[in-house]
Amino acid sequence: MTAASEPGRVGLVVVSHSDMLANGVAELAAQMAPDVAVLPVGGTEEGGLGTDYGAVVEALADADSGNGVVVLYDLGSAKMTAEMAVESADDPSRYAVVDAPLVEGAVAASVAAQGGASLSDVAAAAEGASGETPAAAPTRPALHVVPDAVTAEVLLTNEVGLHARPAALLARTVAELDADVVVRYGDEEANAASVLALMGLSAPGGKSITVVATGKDAGEAVRRIEELAERGFDD
Amino acid sequence: MGCTAADVVAALRAATAVVREHRDELVRLDQAIGDADHGENMKRGFTALLSRLDGEDLTTPGKVLKMVATTLISTVGGAAGPLYGTAFLRASAAVGDAAELDCEAVARALQAALDGVVARGKAVVGDKTMVDALTPAVAAASSVNGSVAAVLSAAADAAAEGAESTIPMVARKGRASYLGERSAGHLDPGARSTELLLRAFADAARGEGAAT
Repeated sequence: MTAASEPGRVGLVVVSHSDMLANGVAELAAQMAPDVAVLPVGGTEEGGLGTDYGAVVEALADADSGNGVVVLYDLGSAKMTAEMAVESADDPSRYAVVDAPLVEGAVAASVAAQGGASLSDVAAAAEGASGETPAAAPTRPALHVVPDAVTAEVLLTNEVGLHARPAALLARTVAELDADVVVRYGDEEANAASVLALMGLSAPGGKSITVVATGKDAGEAVRRIEELAERGFDD
Repeated sequence: MGCTAADVVAALRAATAVVREHRDELVRLDQAIGDADHGENMKRGFTALLSRLDGEDLTTPGKVLKMVATTLISTVGGAAGPLYGTAFLRASAAVGDAAELDCEAVARALQAALDGVVARGKAVVGDKTMVDALTPAVAAASSVNGSVAAVLSAAADAAAEGAESTIPMVARKGRASYLGERSAGHLDPGARSTELLLRAFADAARGEGAAT
């Protein structure tokens, strides 16, 4: 993909020393975010390992649909190159270079961007992404203290359960609505806005999850998640 | 007489020759504790620089330094690109549009270059980086009066000592930091290239009689 994100969505730029690595990360992140520009910039102009300042400057402009761009990097000098490119932009505040694990950060950021999150929220989703504690995405008020929550048991009818793609679908569904949603499996609880948190539940196919929603669209959120699960997450 | 745009261009030609001459050495140093690209990256950057040194718009030292910055940033490809790029950019800003640089201006430019490298790379003295060569060079430069050549010679001497001091250090920045204790016992390639550049500038200043 070379076009900017769809209007209203933050773009992503992945800066790596390696062209293959940048492309691989972008491929993985874009899978979960069809309307988000995830642009890889890897290697030097001659195709060697390194970072290409001019290419990063171009990618920043290309990925920006007007909502800003989050920039992820692999190693120290890619960070320096990214920061210089941002400083050279007309409006550096439209770009955020984030310190995040490259793969998890790119996935978390792309899903947040797909859901229409703001530049700072997409950056926060990337920064909060780590293999250890899948608690990404902006935190929301604890749901169990809210009395008017809509709750449903939802059977995961697909074979693999809440793995990456279904988790991304669920997170995207929730992101489009005005609702705070938590998914529980066993003793674990995940913010449904965070694809990594959902994946961290490791809920397998054939088991049930509990969906707890609050907010204006709480009922609609639960209904759509039930629908998704019935369709087997289109697996 | 101070250091003019033509003198700065001459110093950069000298630096380009030195970088090319020491390409293999910098590769070897970087092979020991890094990604083995410093020599080639510096050669690529300075080779690109050489082809732009004839530019007609290079009418002040500041303009020459700025062109060096943008060239290195866009062509080096490794950490040295943003680091030296920022150094030359800050040096350019520090000297403004003066037609000639006296020794005080040169010292000021070196200080600005160091500040830029520190701001960009977040390294401090003792991290086994170019900061270990540049920091004593700046201190030496600001303590010398007389000619631009004398200032640059003092800076180069101090940079050589600073570079030498990186040998026993354990790297805390850059690719070498991944080696931990195993990075000790090696000269830092960035500190070495800083020393080489300052030496080339000093030799050029003396040779050209660029200052009083």
